[in-house]
Formats: sequence, C-alpha cells, structure tokens
Amino acid sequence: MYRIALKMLMGDRGKYLGLIMGLTFAALLITQQSSIFTGLMTRTYSFINDLSQPDVWVMDPKVQFIDDVKPLQDTELIRVRGITGVEWAVPLYKGLLKARLEDGNFQIVNVLGLDDATLIGGPPTMIEGSLSDLRKQDAIIVNDVGASTRLAKKPKEPGAKAIPLQVGEVLEINDKRAVVVGICRVSRTFQSQPVIYTTYSRATTFAPKERKLLSFVLVKASDGVDPKGLADRIRQGTGLAAYTAKEFKDLSFNYYMKSTGIPINFGIAVMLGFLIGTAIAGQTFYNFTLENLRYFGTLKAMGTTNAVLLRMIVLQALVVGALGYGLGVGGAALFGYLMRGTELAFRLVPEILILAGGAIAVIVTLSALLSILKVMKLEPAIVFKM
Amino acid sequence: MSQNGTAVSLQGVTKTYGSGSSRVQALRGVDLDVRLGELLMLVGPSGCGKTTLISVAAAILDHDDGEIVVFDRDLKSMSQAEKTRFRGANIGFVFQAYNLIPTLTVAENTAIPLLILGKRRADALARAGEVLEAVGLEDKLGSFPAALSGGQQQRVAIARAIVNNPRLIVCDEPTSALDADTGRLVMDVLRRNALSADRALIIVTHDNRIFSFADRIARMDDGRVILIEPQVATS
Repeated sequence: MYRIALKMLMGDRGKYLGLIMGLTFAALLITQQSSIFTGLMTRTYSFINDLSQPDVWVMDPKVQFIDDVKPLQDTELIRVRGITGVEWAVPLYKGLLKARLEDGNFQIVNVLGLDDATLIGGPPTMIEGSLSDLRKQDAIIVNDVGASTRLAKKPKEPGAKAIPLQVGEVLEINDKRAVVVGICRVSRTFQSQPVIYTTYSRATTFAPKERKLLSFVLVKASDGVDPKGLADRIRQGTGLAAYTAKEFKDLSFNYYMKSTGIPINFGIAVMLGFLIGTAIAGQTFYNFTLENLRYFGTLKAMGTTNAVLLRMIVLQALVVGALGYGLGVGGAALFGYLMRGTELAFRLVPEILILAGGAIAVIVTLSALLSILKVMKLEPAIVFKM
Repeated sequence: MSQNGTAVSLQGVTKTYGSGSSRVQALRGVDLDVRLGELLMLVGPSGCGKTTLISVAAAILDHDDGEIVVFDRDLKSMSQAEKTRFRGANIGFVFQAYNLIPTLTVAENTAIPLLILGKRRADALARAGEVLEAVGLEDKLGSFPAALSGGQQQRVAIARAIVNNPRLIVCDEPTSALDADTGRLVMDVLRRNALSADRALIIVTHDNRIFSFADRIARMDDGRVILIEPQVATS
C-alpha cells in the first residue's frame, strides 16, 4: 500500500514538483537567511576570538561592544597590573584611521596597536613575513583581504585586476609613513575595513593626538586563578569594566541583537520563508489530497483502514518533506560554498540544520494534518457519488 | 457461505440524510433478499434510493433502522473497523466512473484488493495477471488507465472487483458511460467472470439495454422496493 501511496504522489508530476519546490524554497530561505544572520553575528565578536591569549578584557565601563572604543588613560594599565591574580597585562590600541593610498585616495583602516615588548594580540595567521617584523622601522602588517581589495593598487590597464598591496610597499596613515612588512589572515569582522597591525607606540603616533589612547587592557590570569573572579576584582579595584572573553563576546553579540535592526530583518526573512513554504506546500498537498479523494474513498470502500490511509498520507508528506529539506539545505550550502571568500557573512552551523528541519517538519505536519482530517472523515459511500 | 442461500437480507431498512427542513428520507423500510448465484438489478428513477441501498448493503454507509444481514453477519452489530475488514474480504465494487488510480498500471490497480488484504506484491500481481487474462486484457498489464478505452477501463474495474474472490459484488451504473455494444460486452464479461454459485451481484442501473443480463430486477420508487420481477437471463 505504501508503494501505491508513493505512486499516487509521484505520478502527478506537476503537483509533486510543486510540493517539493515549495518545501525546497522554504528550507533554502530559512537556512540561507539564518546562515547569513549567524555569519553576521559571529563577526560581531570574531576579533575577540582571534585574540586567544587574554583571559580578561579591561575597558571603559561605557563600552557596549568591541568596536565601541572609549579610550582610557595609559596609567590604567599600571593599575590593572597591580591587581592580585594578574599574570600579565598589556595595552591594545584599536581605532579607525585614514590611510592614504598610492593613487592619492584615502581609505579608512582598522589599526591595532600591540604591546611593543610582547606583541600580544597579533593576528592568528601570518601569510607572509613574521609578527616580529613589526619591530622594524615604521612597520605594519596588513590583512590579506584588505591588501587585495581596498588597499590594492589600481590596475595599469583598464579592466585588469587590481594589484594587491605587497610586502615592502609604503602607505601613509594620518600622514605618517607605514611600511608593509607582512601579510596576515584574520577573521572577518562586522566592519569590513582593512585591518592593520602595528606596535602600540607606533599606533599612538598614527592616531590623532588625544589625552587618552589606550583602548583595551588585555589581561592573563595567573595559574589557578579563575578569570571570572579576576574580572570581578579588576572591576572593584579599578572602577573599569572587566570581562572574560566569553562575557565580552556576549556583550558585543547582545548589543547587535538589541540595538540594531539585524535580528528583526533576518527574522522577517526567515518567517517569510516559513509562511510561504507553509502556504505553497500546504495548499498543494491539500489540493493533491482533494484531487485524490475519489481514490482514497475507493481504497476505503475496498477495505483499507483509516490507519493505513493515515500512514500512506504521512509517508507522502515525509517523502516530499525530506526531499524539500535536502534540496533546500543543499542549495543553501552550495550558495555558501560559492560565496566563500567574498564579503558575504555565511555560517551554516548544525543548529540551523535542526531549525530548518524543524520548520519543514512543522510545514509538512500542518499540510498533512489537513489532508488526514479530510480523508479520515471521508464516508466511503461518497465514491458512488463521484 | 450463507446457510439459507441468501447473500444479503434487508428487513425494514431506513436511511435518512440531513435534519430539519433539509431532511431527506432515502430509504423508507426496504425489504429485499439477494440470493447467492444471482445477478440482481436495482432500477428506478433518479433519487429513488438505489445508490443508498447498495451503499448500506455493501457496508459503506450506516443505515438508521431495520436489519441488514450479509453472509449471516448483522451489519448493525459490527464496528466500523469490522465493517472495513468485512468489506475488504467479502465485497467487490465496480463504479460508474471506474475509479482506477491513474498513476498505477492496470495490473497494479487490479491487485489493490489483494494488497489491502496483506498479500505479497508479487503474488498479488500474478493473480491480477490471471484475472486480467480472463477479462481479455492480458496485453494491457503494464498500461496506464488513461491509455485504455472506457470499456477496457470498466473491464479492469471488474477484474479488480473479483480479484480477491469476494462473495458479493456491487456495481453502480457500470455501463452508463459506455456505448451499447461496449456495454453489452462489459456485462457479458461481468456475468461470465463475476457470477458463480457462491457469489451474488447487485447492479444499480438506468440502462434498460442490459436488463436482459439480470436474474431478477428490483424496481424502486421513493425509497421503497415496489416490485421484484424475475427475468430469464439471456447471456
């Protein structure tokens, strides 16, 4: 009987494909939009992820997220170092500065100034050169995406590819000479500006003259010291904000969730995918059942029990649901694969697969439920009137 | 088999549809016996209750009052699940519009009653092939219903109705959508293949061209059987 159910389903090619297309579209939209949302939200704290060494981040209490820099006085570094349980504490400069390119254009860059002595907070991966090259005169390290896009030189011939910025070339940052000594790879951040690493002292010379230039103090807890407890002590001892890396990531993430339109925009797209999928699949499945009502009635008259008919409809729903889910999720994954290496934020995590699977399950359940109710209530005697 | 040679016995059967001002009494105390080995035709004007009568006799519609006994089983005492199982094992159906599932082949359509009874697919298809050969469609096993003529489709429906050897076959207007020659051919196939000493056929029809195939004709009017005429079946 289950083979009959499948043949009834697949025999009507138009409706069968319509059903699968509806569910595929829903799964695709839900998966793709959720993945882009997750990718974007991951970028809100990717810089914190890249800096794996510090246990605690110290900053101005008014800071709301990683890019919301409110500088501190350099003396705060000394105060933090005085807190019990601090293994080491180093300064970090983070700021948006203007870089002048070879063709005279300006480009805003995200400059990170690392502790001169230890260079703690450097990029996770060096592609060319080494981190210690930052100790050279006027040295900077540029991220690969920035070097090959916004900081790249214009091609000599129209239509040709831009020429990536290379080691040995010179930029001007706030009218100060900066020599590229390395190319690194960093995680993409919410801001898409090129990332430039240099030493803390050089970064403060690039930055406009201000009384306060220290963006963050990066702290390592001594062996056996709980980072959370240490953060509490730093807060109490200095009056500054101190977060573990996890807490700082949550702070940044929550800021974007609460203070931007990103969640609502993506939420609407995901909901739209769900509703459209429900409408298309539900209506098509119900129509499919209505058109086959005569045959369901015939089967019922010939002795098919309601339980078997129910299982036949559930099987039909499961098949279109599984196919639609597979194609939709596969399409979204392919989309993500094709868009790799671009600015698009796309992160497909298992939770999204579960979410999309759950949504498709709800859609096919609702669709099948309508059909099941119709068939269960069907009087077999109706076959003589059809 | 029924002990007294009666396949179906209806005594004082009533059936009403709707309620209040929309209430329609379709059966007003029907008394009728259908014997084993006979082909009984139910005839009468539209709306006289013919279809309702075969529906209650075939256990696909519940009657209100009266007694219906089919092969010594009182339908009133059976649950819906029991009726469903009873139909699957004992009753075959032939419909005016054939009701063949268009996405299944002729052989698969014919095998459905056996699959409902839980027979293995290969066995069911083999048996379907035998029955289709008996109705002259051995070369159409793999065809789809849409590729067949009306007469051929009705022969498939007959094959489907008899494939599991039911003891009662009910037919609703089996020839009304067919021309005279095809109608006679279908009735010939039906009588030759479906009728046997341990089986009864009830056919609802308006088609007086096929009355000669009946053993008895029960005339209905306004929800009652008003006359039962014996016939000498000519085919």
